[in-house]
Amino acid sequence: MNSAESSPRPGPRVGLFVTCLVDLFRPSVGFAAVKLLEDAGCTVEVPEAQTCCGQPAFNSGDRATTEALVRGLIDAFEGYDYVVAPSGSCAGMLRTHVPDLFEDDPATAARGREFAGRCHELVSFLVDVLGVRAVPAQLERHATYHDSCAGLRELKIKRQPRLLLEGVAGLAVTEMQEPEVCCGFGGTFCVKYPQVSTKMVNNKAADIEGTGADLLLAGDLGCLMNMAGRLARRGSAVEVRHVAEVLAGELDAPPIGRPADA
Amino acid sequence: MQPTSLAFQSKASSALADPNLQAALGGIKTGWQRGRILAAERLPEFEQLRDQARDIKNHALANLDFYLEAFEARVLDAGGQVHWARDAAEARRIVQEICEGAGARTVTKSKSMIAEEIGLNDHLEAAGITPVETDLGEYIIQLRKEPPSHLVGPAVHLTKDQVADLFEQTHGLPRTDDPTELVGQARTVLRQKYLAADVGITGANFLIAETGSAITVTNEGNAELTQGLPKVHVVIASLEKVIPSMEDAFTLLRVLARSATGQEFSAYTTVMTGPKRKGDLDGPEQFHVVLLDNGRTGMIGSKFQDMLRCIRCGACMNNCPVYLAAGGHAYGWVYVGPMGSVLTPQFVGIESAHTLPNASTFCGRCEEVCPVRIPLPNLMRHWREEQFKRQLVPSTVRQGLGTWGFLARRPALYRLATRVAMGVLGRLGRKRGRFASLPLAKGWTVSRDLPAPEGKTFMQQWRQRQRSRS
Repeated sequence: MNSAESSPRPGPRVGLFVTCLVDLFRPSVGFAAVKLLEDAGCTVEVPEAQTCCGQPAFNSGDRATTEALVRGLIDAFEGYDYVVAPSGSCAGMLRTHVPDLFEDDPATAARGREFAGRCHELVSFLVDVLGVRAVPAQLERHATYHDSCAGLRELKIKRQPRLLLEGVAGLAVTEMQEPEVCCGFGGTFCVKYPQVSTKMVNNKAADIEGTGADLLLAGDLGCLMNMAGRLARRGSAVEVRHVAEVLAGELDAPPIGRPADA
Repeated sequence: MQPTSLAFQSKASSALADPNLQAALGGIKTGWQRGRILAAERLPEFEQLRDQARDIKNHALANLDFYLEAFEARVLDAGGQVHWARDAAEARRIVQEICEGAGARTVTKSKSMIAEEIGLNDHLEAAGITPVETDLGEYIIQLRKEPPSHLVGPAVHLTKDQVADLFEQTHGLPRTDDPTELVGQARTVLRQKYLAADVGITGANFLIAETGSAITVTNEGNAELTQGLPKVHVVIASLEKVIPSMEDAFTLLRVLARSATGQEFSAYTTVMTGPKRKGDLDGPEQFHVVLLDNGRTGMIGSKFQDMLRCIRCGACMNNCPVYLAAGGHAYGWVYVGPMGSVLTPQFVGIESAHTLPNASTFCGRCEEVCPVRIPLPNLMRHWREEQFKRQLVPSTVRQGLGTWGFLARRPALYRLATRVAMGVLGRLGRKRGRFASLPLAKGWTVSRDLPAPEGKTFMQQWRQRQRSRS
């Protein structure tokens, strides 16, 4: 590629899939992702024509809307070496479910499979694809890490965030009793079945508080907003952040659900 | 049993407010859930066995007609009889006729989910035949006139104290809450019933094509007494229980008990082949197998075929955070938990059960523990697609999804709309950083705050940053 010769960063060209929740609620996670990727030698671009991975439609049984959205993403991310998202849930949708779409359209299905193969979740991409073993971050805190379901079970993300967090100077990590149990978010589930969801997130909050940690980390904003919302309602002092913010050392934004310092 | 699955929401709410039920459900986590983990850890080849178990069931399903005919031929060779039942009504009629042919007044039953599926007990009672459940859990729920709340532990929703109360009322003996004494009481009552029964009805965990045998597993030995003491033994089983060989059965048995309760093997594994032979000291004079279809052949070749691999171990529910919060009765029909959320719409129709495939966060734990690797979340999603296609999604949800989909397909318009909305929310939420309540977000804010957005979207800020860089 010609541009590679003139570019100061000859690494892979990554299209950042921001994800709708990060775009709307917590842009700082997007900037943390850009920093981590650039520090690892990637050239990062953010295609304009992206909105959502289609999961809300997919999990509501609306195949037509799902396929329309995914088709747009396949076009938008054409030609990038990798598509990286700061979310196991969205990356899981793109990587593991897109290959099953377009049953009646073999040409798009083939493009979908090729696209899916290039899609990755941020932290596992750093560790498994780029071979990053440590980041130069520092944080004097006591954290616990929640394994978000789609990242854990669809993408096998377990060891990668822990490996990088171990290298963060000053950071202690204590595991929950059940870090792999769902927080009760589940996309539209949390508003369709609020009582059951509340029971689940309440169990989770108790498990988090039981660790004695003062900082909760995870790799998915949906789960983080759910847990942060419940912790705040319980009056808990535990702060909540996306793991990318800590790894990138981008901590200017207040913790999730907390006001900016006046 | 009339399905009440559409009331999942309200039943789950009552379940959450019931301290007895929550205590009983809590026992599953420390008991069977933990037991499964330990049992799997003790067996290095457990994961490979799961692959083998899946492959055995897949092979049997791909050749179901062949193995069913082979099974029938072997049953006939052994002197038994096979009855094919297209649906629940036919199965009930066949069992009733066998009972009437034997002049039966009472029948003993060991645990059978197929009997629950076809509503056999109510039918027999209406025909003047008294069914007696001999599995301890089934005995308890029969006394309470309740459906099972779990595949393996039908009375798992009850605490020991509740059983003590029930037995005090029923048995007319002084109240005890000692488990051994409670079991002893049930055993004393049931021993007399076994001897008085004219017909014994059992289910089957597996049907073996090469031998014509039915296999059941229990921890109480009640299946043996049910099949061996009365003159007539009836096995009721669904078609997909058939597998090629005894060797296959033992591979499946190795994952079954470990997945279900964490035992290496159930206490009793009973192999039942034909009636009493010449020279046998005991055994039934007649051996009948009722094979139930009830829509299963229609699942072959459909998106739901994988569900027919299910060996009814209950691991999916033991590990489901929704089941462990809501309990089995919230599911409103015979089958509960994740496997019930796939099967119930199949049997009662999606229009009467669309709440169930939605009662999942798709956390994927059920699939993770399933001994035959059924992709339960995918199958629940297929039901959601069916629900959407048939316009069974509430119109508000449909409209909301439609508006969101319309915008999300048009990035420029979406950008504009979200910039405005997040700008407003960001300003409103700046002071506290979160909302305690918000119009249209009650489902969220009823029990948790909603973190406020930062204000400017990522795309807005990124564009500004790119401009300032260039």
